This record gives sequence, C-alpha cells and structure tokens, in this order.
Amino acid sequence: MRAYFGRRYMLSASHRLHTAALTAEENRAAYGKCNNPNGHGHNYVVEILVGGAVDAETGMVVDLVALDEAVRTRVTDRFDHANLNLDPLFADRVPTTENLCRAIFALLRDALPAGELEQVRVEETENNFFECSARG
Amino acid sequence: MISLTRRATFSASHYYWNDAWSAEKNRQVFGRCANRNGHGHNYTLEVTVAGEPDPVTGFVVDLKWLKDVMEREVLSAFDHKHLNLDAPEFAHAIPTTENIAIAAWKRLEPAITAAGGAKLTRIRIHETPEIFAEFRGES
Repeated sequence: MRAYFGRRYMLSASHRLHTAALTAEENRAAYGKCNNPNGHGHNYVVEILVGGAVDAETGMVVDLVALDEAVRTRVTDRFDHANLNLDPLFADRVPTTENLCRAIFALLRDALPAGELEQVRVEETENNFFECSARG
Repeated sequence: MISLTRRATFSASHYYWNDAWSAEKNRQVFGRCANRNGHGHNYTLEVTVAGEPDPVTGFVVDLKWLKDVMEREVLSAFDHKHLNLDAPEFAHAIPTTENIAIAAWKRLEPAITAAGGAKLTRIRIHETPEIFAEFRGES
C-alpha cells in the first residue's frame, strides 16, 4: 500500500530579495523590508514528504536515517548558516522562499534512498509557508 | 468540495521487531526502536474528510460526531496502550508510523463511509512534531 512519510528539518540562512531586472526604487517597492541591502535571515523549516509502498519487512516507506543523510548532504549542509544569495543556484534567481522550495525539490528529487519525493514545504516564519510538489 | 481536519492525541508505547530476522539484523535496521522493552510517544492523529457543506447546517461533517467516531474507533484502542501487545493489527505487523496511519484508516473508514456524507481522504499520524506519516487510501 502506498503511504507517505514526512520529516521536518530546520535551517538558518540569510537572504536579500533583489533583482537586477528592476530599478532600486522598483526593488524597494516590490520587496519592501526584504530588499534591505545588507540582507536579513530566517529559521526555515523544511518539510519533506516521501511517497512509496510500505515495505513488507520493515513497515516503512523510507529509512529515516538514510533520509536524514540525504537531506543533510543535499540540503542542510548547503544552505544552513549560509547566505542564499551567494549560492550558485540563486546566481540568476531571487532567493524567495518559493524559489528555495523549488531548489530543494530539485536537489532531493533524485537523491532519495527510497520512494518518490511527493512534496517539499518550506516555512519561512510561523506565519508563511510555501509548497512545491511533483505536479509542478 | 471542502476538506475538514480534526486532530486528537494519544499516548502509546511500541517497539520495532521483525520476527523473521535475527536479533542482530533487527538492531541494525531499527536501531533504538528495536529495544524489546519498548518506548513511547505522544502521537497526534489527524483525520481529514471532504465533502460539500450541508445546505441547512453548513457543515461538511458534524465535528462532535467525528470526535466520537475517532474516540470509539481509534483512541479507545491505541491511547495508553502498548501497540505491539494491545492492538490486534500489530500482532504480526510492525507499528511504524506508516502502519499506524493505515490501521487508523481501516478503523475509521467504514464508520465514515456508512454515515453517507463526507468521504475520508487522509490520515496523518505525527509520532513527534518532526516525524509523521500519511495514508490516503491508495492501493
């Protein structure tokens, strides 16, 4: 039977929302406080949802320890305590949480120890979050 | 179509063990969860049903009724119990979070379907705030 296993991770990172496609004034209008030239940071919560058949021998969709290792090497080692704007993935893309969510989905999609990546949710604060799924 | 979710908590103990394996392999695969004396969690059960709001009451489902169904079908069997020893579905299946989600679905789905209104669409079981499993009735 197909079920889903979810796990939440934390990472702390800084970013600045700014695009070269807009003028300084337009950037301030579009991004407000998030356009502060020196940046700012968040404690992000990354929720990973893995879908797959429940293994008959273990009762599990995916081994938790192996999933933790994949998320650590692909995502948290890369983004935790980092400046997102300096990551090559955001060289030509604004590090909004929408784009971070998609970047994490792409980094993990082919790196799971078992199952398929169903959804990535990134919570930027307690009051806003973003979701990205295999459907788009 | 509106989805509605009701949450409840239960506290239970369990251990992970596959009788077909050696003790060594059980410890290797399941780690600390293979301790035969068991350990416990405060679980959260989330039940999601979906349907059209009733034209008279505006309800997708009566929440008090859903609470009573969850209490009768799931919490009475799992709360303050040892899942391996007290719940019949885990006499031979390992009470992983995934299997608990499937077991909760099997316990709730007949009662919700028999009521003839909203359909059960998702069970989510949180083992800890960071670890959860979902079952959506897929084969």
